Order: sequence, then structure tokens, then C-alpha cells
Amino acid sequence: MTEVTLNNVVKRYGHHQAVHGINLDIQHGEFVVLVGPSGCGKSTTLRMIAGLEEISDGNVAIGGRVVNDLPPRERNISMVFQNYALYPHMNVRENLGFSLKIAKRPQAEIDEAVREAATILGLDELMDRKPAALSGGQRQRVAMGRAIVRHPDVFLFDEPLSNLDAKLRTQMRVEIKKLHQKVGNTIVYVTHDQVEAMTLADRIVLMRDGHIIQVGTPLELFNTPVDTFVATFIGSPPMNIVDGVVTQNNTIRLSDGQEIPVPSSARGGIFTGQKVQFGFRADNLSPVGHGVSEDGEGAEIELTVNLSEPLGTETILFADLADTEVQGKMLNPRPVAPGERMTFRLTLDKAHVFDAETTNAIRSN
Amino acid sequence: MDRNQSHRSRRRLLKVLHFAGLFMIMAIICIPGLWIVLNSFRPTVEIMAKPPVWSPSFTLEHYQAMFAGAGEGGVPVFSYFRNSLIVSIVSTFIAILIGMSGGYAFARYRFKGKPGYFVGLMLFRAVPGVALSLPLFIVFARVGIIDTHFGLILAYVAMNVPFTIWLTDGFFRQIPKELHEAAEIDGCTRWQAFWKVEFPVARSGVASAAIFAFLTSWNEFALASQLTRSVRSKTMPVGLLDFTAEFTINWGGMCALAVLMILPALILTFIVQKHLIAGLTFGGVKG
Repeated sequence: MTEVTLNNVVKRYGHHQAVHGINLDIQHGEFVVLVGPSGCGKSTTLRMIAGLEEISDGNVAIGGRVVNDLPPRERNISMVFQNYALYPHMNVRENLGFSLKIAKRPQAEIDEAVREAATILGLDELMDRKPAALSGGQRQRVAMGRAIVRHPDVFLFDEPLSNLDAKLRTQMRVEIKKLHQKVGNTIVYVTHDQVEAMTLADRIVLMRDGHIIQVGTPLELFNTPVDTFVATFIGSPPMNIVDGVVTQNNTIRLSDGQEIPVPSSARGGIFTGQKVQFGFRADNLSPVGHGVSEDGEGAEIELTVNLSEPLGTETILFADLADTEVQGKMLNPRPVAPGERMTFRLTLDKAHVFDAETTNAIRSN
Repeated sequence: MDRNQSHRSRRRLLKVLHFAGLFMIMAIICIPGLWIVLNSFRPTVEIMAKPPVWSPSFTLEHYQAMFAGAGEGGVPVFSYFRNSLIVSIVSTFIAILIGMSGGYAFARYRFKGKPGYFVGLMLFRAVPGVALSLPLFIVFARVGIIDTHFGLILAYVAMNVPFTIWLTDGFFRQIPKELHEAAEIDGCTRWQAFWKVEFPVARSGVASAAIFAFLTSWNEFALASQLTRSVRSKTMPVGLLDFTAEFTINWGGMCALAVLMILPALILTFIVQKHLIAGLTFGGVKG
């Protein structure tokens, strides 16, 4: 069993604190993605797990064993770096077998392990090439191969796909997920890309400024964000956020005087006169007859479309609601001209209300 | 059409000027060397002839004389050569060891006063060697290491270390730190990570630093002329002085010894020139 436990982990650089007491339990075989904007401390946290950064305070345990003062080589982990960090003077075979050679394993065992890794990742043809003669995707695969050869307890990935072009990134994302299904190890994966986080993770850890903001499955973060930061970070396009004030008759008055009913999910937690932010996703704002469904709580609003982005199966529509640009989604699209006035249906079941001051989500229970 | 024509002729003219310029520069660089080689094979009368003799004759007399006994104009070539070799190789080896450690430390570690140390080291280099010769002479004389290999090696190591640090620092800086981190995760100690990964990658850089250090020691004259006395430690550049007498200079003999001195340096440079070029352009090419 190789769970990873972070107990109140702190990282200080002089007076600057980069990571503020993080607590996290990662289960055996779990794929956990640390995500957040740059400078949020996610890479530092990963490097502390790896042993590449000293831990200023708190504990890191791998498989129940506190590893704070162990060097990286004694933690039985593997790491894939953003720039791959392949050894330029060794060919692919030597790169893959390096860790076993250092461990002084018999040559036959090394050959076997290297062959196995090469087969899993489709590297057989490239064994005698130097890293300089490989493409970005191939280098990425070698880096992953080097990580799996030694059968580590935990895989650490530090933004492994950032240096690849968009198409390759999608491809490698699938390969990483397949790899996880095949070898089943615990994986801690760092990225700033929420799409990667959503698609790969069993559980997402969303960080900002050295704090964990929310931990949960991708759908939990998507459907029940704890604040506006999570709401706007997860999901594409980002959630629309409009300022408003709660009125006596359970509506939110927007700055242009328009009133929208408070979603029932938030009704128990608000008070009259409270300044709030009203959030909804593009998927839940669609022209009447062009949405996912017309059932459940909803409100109809008139909007003028400023811009349309046809994507084939759907069209993203941009409009101004109370001086804020919002995006809606039109399924079964027809051509929309700029300036066209349309009636939209806002699905309230899936809308969110946030306190304007704390930015925290307001939910009845 | 006319315009095309004029551009073409202009380009041709520029090309000719370009080559003429290059030829001049190469001539300035090469002629002294050529002069040494040619004159080592000419009789003394011809070297001194005025007006110059344009059709040179060939003789090996200077070489024969040089290797002959002490009475017949000979000099202890083999001793000088051995001294030069020992001093240059040992001092280069030590300077590279120290310099590489220093360069690595400057490239990888953060410590207090780092820029200050670095500038300080470079300032050492700025002091002309000759200015140091008198204080060095006095100190060495007190300690009793005048006219020893050890003394000369010590002086050359001190002379070469700052430059080696500066050069290797640059090379290690080019190597992403993830390489040694990856090696450490793969099971290396810090020491193994250096020798198995970072050193091989920086090898061409270290090789070029070694060549520079070797050539500096091999060719150094000013300090060696002060710190050496006899056959025990005299190096080849100092040995050249054996050909100067009170009123005459034996140009032919001097040239012959100079040729012997140039040869090893030339051969060495030729062998490692691939490394040298790779080392000096390290930053420009992505690995």
C-alpha cells in the first residue's frame, strides 16, 4: 500500500512562504492532480514529495513512512519533468535502464525491464537513438518509460505535457491515463491546465497562493465549486459571474435592474440586501429551443448577441448581461448575426450564488 | 537589367575585398610562425643576410647542434621538454579539478557573497603575471621552492584556476538542473549524479578549459624565467634564452627549439579541436 500523506506541509523561502500548511491524503492507486495558476505552490509541493525541496515544516509520508529527511533515491518514486530531463549522452536504452544500472541489478533483469517498458510505450524502434534525435512526443514517452522501468511506489509528473503542441498533448494525455490503468500506481500530477486536470484526475486538488482551495472529483469541482475562483478556473468556457443584490421577493437584482429568481439551492443561505455574485455556465444559458432541456427551474431573459463562435455541434454566443459579458451555448445551431436579439433560457438548477465579499458559494444546507 | 548588373559586380567586388582582407589578417597571424619554421631549416648566414636570400637552402644543422653535447652549441632539450610536460600536465590537471569544482559550485549553489567572490576571482586574472613575479620570487625563495617543479606548478595552478572556474561555470549553467534531479530520483547520490550525468554532458566544456590551461602553462615565459634556475626545472620557453649570448643571438637554434615547442601544442589542439569547437559553441546549439 503506497498512500501519500501530506500533514501540514509548509515551504518557506527566507521570509516568503510559498506553501501554507497543506493537508492531503492520497490513496493507493489514486490519480491526483494538483492544479492552479502559476505560482500557486503546486510544483513546490510536488518537489517536496519528491525530495528535491526541503520541507520547512510538517510531514510527508509515503506508504506510511515519514520521508522528510530521506534523499530522493530512498523514497522509491519516479518523476517526469516538464523538459523531460533525458540524459543527452545516453541512447534511449541506456536512459531507460539507468536507474536499474545504478541499483546494480543484473544485466538480464535490466534488459527485461527495459524491453517491457519499451513495449508498453511503443519505443522499440527508437532504442539506439540519442534524445537529440527524438521528437517532442517521443522524448515524452522515453521520460515516462524511464519512470516506469523501476516500478516505483509513486509516479510524480511535473507539467509533463506543457512543452508539446496541442494535438500531441491530447494524444499523450490519453496515453498517460492508459498507463495509469495498466500499471495502477499512485500518481501525483501537476498542471496549470484545467482540461488536463478534469480529464485525468480521480481527484483534483485546486491550489492558489500556497493554499488548497478545494479537493474533490472533477465533477464535484465542476458542479459544486466552493467559491468563484474554483467556479471560473474549472470548466471551459469559464463560468459567467454577474454582480447583483438579493431582494425581498427571493430574486437577485442585477445592476441594470433586471431580476432573476434565486435558485432554490441557495435560498436557505441568503438574506435580503446581501450583495452576491450570480454564476452560471454557458451550457445553462441557451436560446429557447436550443438548450439541453427545458425542464426544471429556469428563467427567460432577452439578450442581444454581440458575437458568435460556431464550433459545429454548438455555437458559443457572447452577449452583455448587466454590463458583464456572458457566454451562452446554442445546440443544434443556426447562423446568428451580431446584434440579433434572442430569448435565452437560464437553467437555475445548475446556477450558483456566491457571497460578493467572501466569494464563497452560498448553499442552503 | 542594368541595376541587376551593377549589383552583381558590386557583390563580386565586395567578395574580392573580403578575401583580400581575410588574407591580410591570416598573413599577419601566420607569417611569424612560418618564419620560425623556415628559419629553423636555414643556415645562419642566410637568416642574417641583407638583402634577404629569396631562394632558401635546406639544412638540419640547427637541430643537430641543439641535440649535440653542451660544448657544441647543444642545449638540454630533453630536460626542458620533460620539465615543460610535467609542469603543464600536472598544473592543468590540478587546475581543472579545482576549477571544475568551483565552476560547479558557482553554477549550482546559492551562497552568500557569490557575485563578490566571482568578481574577485576575475580581478585576480586582471593582474598581469609579471607584476606577480617579484613577490612570488621572494616568497618562493624564502620557502625554498625556487627552481622546483612544485613551485612552478603552484604558480600555474593559481594562474589558471580563475579562468577555469569562469569557463566551466558557463558550461554547467547550460545544463538544466533537472538532469541531476532526475539522476538523483533514479537512485544516484549527488556525487554519482555529477560524475555519471553532469560531467559527461559538460565534458567538451571541461576539455576546452583544459586546453586553455595547458597552453597557458606550456607557453608561459615571464614567471618561469624568474622561478626557474637550472635544468632541474627550466621549461622550454625559458630554454629559448640559452641561445642568446652577450652579443649574439643564435636565431637558427632558437627557431629549431621553438618548432619543437610548437609541435606538441599543435598536435594536442588538433586532436581536441572537435571538442574545442563543440565546447565553445555549447550555448548556441540546443541538445
